[in-house]
Amino acid sequence: MSECVLAVRGVSKSFAGVQALSDINLEIRPGEIHCLAGENGSGKSTLIKVISGVHDPDEGTIEIGGVVHKRLTPVEAIAAGVQVIYQDFSVFPNLTVMENLALNTELASKRKLVNWRRFRRIAEEAVAKIDFSVDLDQLVGKLSVADKQLVAISRALMSDAKLIIMDEPTTALTKKEVDALFRIILDLKARGIAILFVSHKLEEVFEISERFTIIRNGRAVATCLPEELNRRTFTQYMTGRDFEDAHFQVGELPPEPALEARALTVTGAFSDVSFSLRPGEILGITGLLGSGRTELAMTLFGAYRPDAGELLVKGSPVRFSGIRAAIAGGIGYVPEDRLTEGLFLERSIGDNIVIAQIDQLVTRGLLDRERKTASAAEWVRDLKIATPDPENAANTLSGGNQQRIVLAKWLATRPDVLILNGPTVGVDIGSKHDIHEILRELAGSGMAVIIISDDIPEVIQNCNRVLLMKAGRITDEIDPGTVTERQLAALMTGESDQEGKH
Amino acid sequence: MSALFQKVIRANEFYVFLVIVAVCLLIQVRSGQFFTANNLVDLANAMVVPGLFAIGAFLVIVSGGIDVSFPALASLAVYAVTRFLVDSHYEGGILLPFAMVIGLGALLGAFNGLFTSRLAVPSLIITLGTANVFSGVMQGALSSVQIAKIPPAMAEFGRSSLFVATNPVSGLTSSMPVSFLILVVVAAIVFFLLRFTMFGRGIFAIGGDESAASRAGFNVRRTKFWLYVIVGVIAAVAGLIRTCGMGQMHPTNLLGMEMMVIAAVVLGGTAITGGTGSLTGVMLGTLLIVIVQNSMILLGIPTFWQQFSLGLLIIVGTGISALQIARSGNGLRAVLR
Amino acid sequence: MKGAAVQTLLSRSGSLRALSRDTHLTRLLVMLAVLVGFFAIVKTEGFFNLLTWQSMAIQFPEFGLMALGVMLTMITAGIDLSVVGVANMAAIGAAVVMLGMAPRGADPATATGAIAVAICLALATGAAAGALNGFLVAKVRIPPILATLGTFELFTGIAILITGGKPKSGLPALYGEVFAGKLFGLIPVPLIVFAVATVLIWLLMTRTAFGTKIYMLGTNATAARFSGLNTTSLLVRTYTLSGLYASLAGLVMLANYNSAKADYGSTYTLLAVLIVVLGGVNPNGGNGRLLGVVLAILILQILSSGLNMFPNISNFYRPLIWGGVLLAVITANHLSGRRSSHRTSKGQGQTK
Repeated sequence: MSECVLAVRGVSKSFAGVQALSDINLEIRPGEIHCLAGENGSGKSTLIKVISGVHDPDEGTIEIGGVVHKRLTPVEAIAAGVQVIYQDFSVFPNLTVMENLALNTELASKRKLVNWRRFRRIAEEAVAKIDFSVDLDQLVGKLSVADKQLVAISRALMSDAKLIIMDEPTTALTKKEVDALFRIILDLKARGIAILFVSHKLEEVFEISERFTIIRNGRAVATCLPEELNRRTFTQYMTGRDFEDAHFQVGELPPEPALEARALTVTGAFSDVSFSLRPGEILGITGLLGSGRTELAMTLFGAYRPDAGELLVKGSPVRFSGIRAAIAGGIGYVPEDRLTEGLFLERSIGDNIVIAQIDQLVTRGLLDRERKTASAAEWVRDLKIATPDPENAANTLSGGNQQRIVLAKWLATRPDVLILNGPTVGVDIGSKHDIHEILRELAGSGMAVIIISDDIPEVIQNCNRVLLMKAGRITDEIDPGTVTERQLAALMTGESDQEGKH
Repeated sequence: MSALFQKVIRANEFYVFLVIVAVCLLIQVRSGQFFTANNLVDLANAMVVPGLFAIGAFLVIVSGGIDVSFPALASLAVYAVTRFLVDSHYEGGILLPFAMVIGLGALLGAFNGLFTSRLAVPSLIITLGTANVFSGVMQGALSSVQIAKIPPAMAEFGRSSLFVATNPVSGLTSSMPVSFLILVVVAAIVFFLLRFTMFGRGIFAIGGDESAASRAGFNVRRTKFWLYVIVGVIAAVAGLIRTCGMGQMHPTNLLGMEMMVIAAVVLGGTAITGGTGSLTGVMLGTLLIVIVQNSMILLGIPTFWQQFSLGLLIIVGTGISALQIARSGNGLRAVLR
Repeated sequence: MKGAAVQTLLSRSGSLRALSRDTHLTRLLVMLAVLVGFFAIVKTEGFFNLLTWQSMAIQFPEFGLMALGVMLTMITAGIDLSVVGVANMAAIGAAVVMLGMAPRGADPATATGAIAVAICLALATGAAAGALNGFLVAKVRIPPILATLGTFELFTGIAILITGGKPKSGLPALYGEVFAGKLFGLIPVPLIVFAVATVLIWLLMTRTAFGTKIYMLGTNATAARFSGLNTTSLLVRTYTLSGLYASLAGLVMLANYNSAKADYGSTYTLLAVLIVVLGGVNPNGGNGRLLGVVLAILILQILSSGLNMFPNISNFYRPLIWGGVLLAVITANHLSGRRSSHRTSKGQGQTK
């Protein structure tokens, strides 16, 4: 087995009595594309940190290129050919591409002085490895996300990497960019470089991974080939639970729409968007990154002002002057990025829940603290937020519970229309299931719900209608009962590739 | 060539330069005295101390911090050295005072560096603390008083000049101090340090993204520590130049200068959030402030307006660049910013 | 009825628990106790003298009021470095009005009227100056540290322009008698002003929506906007309050010195920031307690007054001690924070 690039044998690691990893075994062969899957908090980040030398294992060994290590420093890991590409890519936005590419190499060879000509040579060599065409004098901060990732990959290759670990590499990429990334990865594979993907989404990496290792609660529960996996088994391995895949059944709908868009246009984002939404419906809006789906949501929420077209709430036309006007008009919005746009991590769960309706809790100029506490307690109970005390800070909770806080915040404003942008991104599967249940109940009680998501199974199972957005326009309306996931995926990506070729 | 031109007109420094030219022309038109040899030499003379301080403040701001302790640091270092030399009736050359001030500046800078490199507390807060410690040591432990008679070598250095410029009309003369060379040399050394050493690139890298810098292999702690040592040395040298130039040690003369110096650095286009900025910009920003302050007399404006105009300059200068940043962002996102 | 009682009991026990969990507050309390104990033992006579306490109570409201304003701005993740400029400008404005309306020898009724107008003008000046800060921070989006640094120069500049750099004195005697006087000959009026101002801030922070909102804004400005908070108005109101409190501090200084000058209280900027940080307010916003800041004000005042009782320790040691205390506290916080972050490193990893 010494032909393995990496062999993790019986690794255990605990933090302050909490067992983060127990008896993990993982082998990666040269040129293999391996996927490490697991829910948030399953221990996959800890495992990566052990492999890259950030944490020392309590037990077990790490074998890299035939050398067995009991403990490893980050420098040793890099020297042995292990490179990690973090989710934030670890680049310097204020420096040029050239410098970003050359600094690591120069630091590794312990240079004290800067030779700009050598910097340029190193950078040219680095981009040549993956045929990456980029202006070396451009600031990295001005590049697209995909290009930043390519900078990180080229940089990783400079140190003679044998194994590249990529942490959630496709999350922020468009479909075309993902395809480009996969081509590069296949090229690396051909050169014998192994790739370890870290992901919690099967769809992302299914087409390219050759083997899967799934960990749960710090244990490797399965190592298998792609043909042995489907979404159901994948979910079972990830969560240890089995979920029924039931479609949402819409009830009887009143004729009056809750929200109606007529030829809504925001220049540069989307144009001529029309749809109507009745109370009790769950409308899906799906499309790739950059299709205009987020901008549409933000416009409905009053954050952007439409340049043309009309928006009607309960039959009367509205022009929201801003977010506050939209909230007053009965719109709620669960944003795309929970951590930066939704949560106040260091503040209490209760404050997080009541903040959007806090002005309603004021009597005679003073905050009614009893009503505030009661309201928070009520939502904690109703949404089953797992906390002993709503006074605890929001960052004491897991991703799923945090998302419930954001949901509670909007439900507390008693909206007529609730818009959710990526409602279950980064949420573990159990919570995801619960959140879907809640949304269905809300629709059942007469709320109009919009789910914006590129998670195809999510929209198919939970919506009664799905609108497909492409390049800023609604191109299709789909009945989820009659379309398979594969067909929807094809619709989403198929034509846009052709558009790209024009 | 046109690419170079593009780069020039896109640079922040270019606009500061334009403002300086406009201000100069305005003063020239109003007074007719701006472009005279002695006025220009006076300006160069007035640039030396703020210019040195600005270089130090610039280094810290690029690394993502803010230092408000350098005037107190300089005062303490120079006071201690002057006191010691006066008390021991020092009659020797200027080299020993410089060596002692540099050593003490490095030591006090290391004190700053010790905290800033180890604590995850904004450096504004830390240097606020050390500034108080420095001025407390000077005024309390050393019970500082004005020293009217400084060692002869220092006074002589303060009087020494490279050349004397005479205004042909008024007959006023101004001499270019030797210390101007020190500003030039320090600026050149720092330029080299930032541009051609891994240490210098490390300062930019840390200002850009500290955790990325440490992952890339920079020793963030060590870099920050030595950065503050260097800034301490530069500040102490500036303090010594001021004392020599005045011909007496006035312990509180420098205190309060930090605001004006930071303003100069920011006006020169250095991002207060760290990571970007240029020495050219810093020198231009300092020049702008020095011109405005020095030219009030030429324009016949009472000196009472000095502080008011400095405040206005800071607000307008930083306001314009803040609005530029807001505009340059994605037009749609701007709604939310 | 019963439910409500249980609720209040629960919330009260919650805040009790929060207190015991807040190690920083505990540390400040211990520090205060040690200081009081030390001076009580070493300088028993001077320390238990009523005069010592009265002079302390006259002094600390000057910078204490400024610190309260700075605290509010720091909770919103900003800072207000202009408080001393505002205080001097407001005090000079008040002095000019008093001197103009009630020159030396004016009858008491005129003097009273002049004082009332002057106070109103000073407070309005402070609020307007604060609103300008808020506008620059919230609308023009200048980083708070630079905006308030600029307005500090601006306000001080205006103060110099009005006075020509000279002190304004010769105020109606009534003003000093009232504001630097003692209620029942016992409680100094500045202390009362400070106490009332503190209670108002406490009400604002804990009993109004505004209080909750500024904490939320300081924690995450983007999420605050997404939650429908009017961040511009919140910031403008916060800085306006800070300006108002600074002008109140200016009025106290005017009474204590019986004159106004553009460069009075020049060490107070640093002192106010120092107090707020020492009091446990997070410079990155969103965190901090009023109680901590009040404790920090008391600690610094007792420390400096206590040291004053040692004749061979000069006043000039004060900055050294202030700076030393600040460095010691942030170092201690860092060390204890590192220990606890080791314990919770797993939990933090989850939130990432």
